[in-house]
Amino acid sequence: MQKEILIAGFGGQGVLFAGQVLAYAAMDSGKIVTWIPSYGPEMRGGTANCTVVVADEEIGSPLVKNPPAVIALNLPSFDKYEDLVQPGGVLIVNQSMVDRTAKRTDITTIFVPGNEVAEETGDRRLLNMVMVGALLAAYPILSLDEAKAALKAHLPAKHQKLIPNNYAAMDKGYAHAKAQMEKVAA
Amino acid sequence: MVAPNNLVYDRPEGFTDTPTHYCPGCTHGVAHRLIAEVLEEMNIIPRTIGVAPVGCSVFAYNYFDTDFVEAPHGRAPAMATGIKRVLPDRIVFTYQGDGDLASIGMGEIVHAAARGENITVVFINNANYGMTGGQMAPTTLPGMKTTSSPNGRDVETQGYPIKMAEMLSTLDGVGYCVRRSLHDPKNIRLAKKAIRTAFETQARGLGFSMVELLSTCPTNWGMTPVNALKFVEEHMVPAFPLGDYKVAASVAQIKV
Amino acid sequence: MPKELWKGNEAIAEAAVRAGLQAYFGYPITPQTEILEYLSRRMPELGRAFVQAESELGAINMVYGAACTGARVMSTSSSPGVSLMMEGLSYIAGTEVPAVLVNVMRGGPGLGNIAPAQSDYNQAVHGGGHGDYPRIVLAPSSVQEAIDLMGLSFDLAEKYRMICMVILDGSIGQMMEPAEMPEMKPITERKFDWNTDGAINRERRILSSIYIDPPAEEVANFRLAKRWQEVQANEVRYKEYFLDDAEFVIVGFGTAGRVALSAVRAARAEGIKVGLLRPITVSPYPYEVIDQLAGRVSAFLVTEMNMGQMFDDVRLAVRGRVPVEFYGRTGGVVPFPDEILAEIHRIAAGQWSVDRDPRDSWQTRMASVIER
Repeated sequence: MQKEILIAGFGGQGVLFAGQVLAYAAMDSGKIVTWIPSYGPEMRGGTANCTVVVADEEIGSPLVKNPPAVIALNLPSFDKYEDLVQPGGVLIVNQSMVDRTAKRTDITTIFVPGNEVAEETGDRRLLNMVMVGALLAAYPILSLDEAKAALKAHLPAKHQKLIPNNYAAMDKGYAHAKAQMEKVAA
Repeated sequence: MVAPNNLVYDRPEGFTDTPTHYCPGCTHGVAHRLIAEVLEEMNIIPRTIGVAPVGCSVFAYNYFDTDFVEAPHGRAPAMATGIKRVLPDRIVFTYQGDGDLASIGMGEIVHAAARGENITVVFINNANYGMTGGQMAPTTLPGMKTTSSPNGRDVETQGYPIKMAEMLSTLDGVGYCVRRSLHDPKNIRLAKKAIRTAFETQARGLGFSMVELLSTCPTNWGMTPVNALKFVEEHMVPAFPLGDYKVAASVAQIKV
Repeated sequence: MPKELWKGNEAIAEAAVRAGLQAYFGYPITPQTEILEYLSRRMPELGRAFVQAESELGAINMVYGAACTGARVMSTSSSPGVSLMMEGLSYIAGTEVPAVLVNVMRGGPGLGNIAPAQSDYNQAVHGGGHGDYPRIVLAPSSVQEAIDLMGLSFDLAEKYRMICMVILDGSIGQMMEPAEMPEMKPITERKFDWNTDGAINRERRILSSIYIDPPAEEVANFRLAKRWQEVQANEVRYKEYFLDDAEFVIVGFGTAGRVALSAVRAARAEGIKVGLLRPITVSPYPYEVIDQLAGRVSAFLVTEMNMGQMFDDVRLAVRGRVPVEFYGRTGGVVPFPDEILAEIHRIAAGQWSVDRDPRDSWQTRMASVIER
């Protein structure tokens, strides 16, 4: 078994950390995992993405051309990765940052108004956790509880006070995605 | 046989029995002897590690009775840094010429001084590249003829001499930085005192120490040893004034 | 110890600390700066030496000095910085003192870029500094392997009084993987019969790379070569994947090797009998196992993140018995498994380069692939 998730957005949207939460969750649930960022020379503000590969055997390539699951946090990422998602794959889009609907019909595209949901939850920086929650609803390679446990286990002590809000963000993202999926199924 | 009570001059214990390879009249031998005497007087021979340069004194390691390493051209202060950082209770010194220290090794010497590395540098300024046959060095005097400035150093195209002692004295990491000359007995005595102070600076952990020594190169200068000494006095000393460029307050209290 | 999620560069730094690193000298350069930053905090807290040098030249010569004392010492850099260190490496080799150097390679030549590459293979394995000198070069392909090889690198450098380089690319430096750290090794007294740590209660010693008398230099070079024969006999390491029934074999190291693994698995799922050989020591090179494979497989495919450097070593081992094909990406581009799978399909269909340097054929095939 090997599954890949690609998360893409602007620097500052929490792209890399979202991937790390998934990587920790995979590690803690006994899986083999690789997290790899794509890095540019700039420190802030450029595009950022990371790939998380989860497997139960030695991981080969840390990068994949056609990932089965993608989180796109902004329009450039939506534009770039919509074409690259594997047929039958999942694309989670931050609706707050895009102005168009999906082109492809052979993948499941879920729109979550991530910025608004994050702000409702108390902090726009919770965007990444909203989207991780949504991803795990549509692409359950790990359970939401596993992701939450990983966050709690690996967040530095000084940030532990942020746990309740992060959990709430994950739950809301998860619920959003579930609701959309049920609508599509119905 | 000289009776011990009549012995007034002998090889210092800091020296091995190996005769030096230096040209007749060259002051490298004098500088070596001063260091060897200081090592003996301070009783630090076993815990001293020397760093030899590339240049005429590349074989300096043959003459001192201490552990020695041999650095790439100009890198002696970096090597000395590596040694001293691992073995802070040892005495570490470099012995470098002007091509080595003031040209190819400018980066290493400036930064070792700026970091205040607790090492001692003995800098031989003889205004040319001795080992490779007398080419122009950063310290070559304006108008001075060398094998690579055959018409005399033209400052318009070849720049000006670098005054290392003055330059390094501006750095806060430097505890002791002076210039002396080896052209006559009085100055040689002053040079020895400076070398002693430099090693004492290191032994007390008071920062980087350097003694610049104006030296002769009779062979490449094309002079007799006596004329070479005169050249130092008449031409080198005016261009590179002798003096104490940096003596930290803590170093000034050292009595030697 | 339990597994933790380690970033490659930081894992390398901590693994070196646990292997008994006493002194680190480095200079910032992407994509390895995290090693320097990590050690700038870690080394002083352990009372060990850390200096951010004025340049890579300064750093490698500080390494040289510390190595002469017998201390466990390391520097790390990335391609352009390693080029600057070549002078020091040659001196360290000529003086026969142990030192570890990590090169987190990036796209080149020149300033190039900071993306992952393997284009310093020849510099590390075949050359770099001046003079005849052997050096051990290890090439990890994962964070755990990088940790394990850091420990090994110090042991090998010390055992053979030789430089041990660890070469990886920026992707391994930047990636995070679960990995287990070894226990902290205590720092023991560094007493050898060669180190210059002050002639206290012993004869004085000189460490130098000078042999002004040519016959003496020749003797020294033969001594290094003899030691290298021992390294070749005892220290070759590689990992095999699906070789038992392989009809043809991919050879790739580091990241290119693990990307090939994905392609090999995909090909196996289609019933194609392809295997993978991933050299872990690229110097000494696993010539012997390739030699043996060449007697029973029908072709090789070398995959690298350069223009075909290790390729020559594979050809040397194969000695013309079967075709050796090449596929690489260069300049900081990391291949996707699909690209290597396409090459596997091509070779499985018996299409290989005839009468041309396979790198020329590869360049022709790449005309439609490379972005312009």
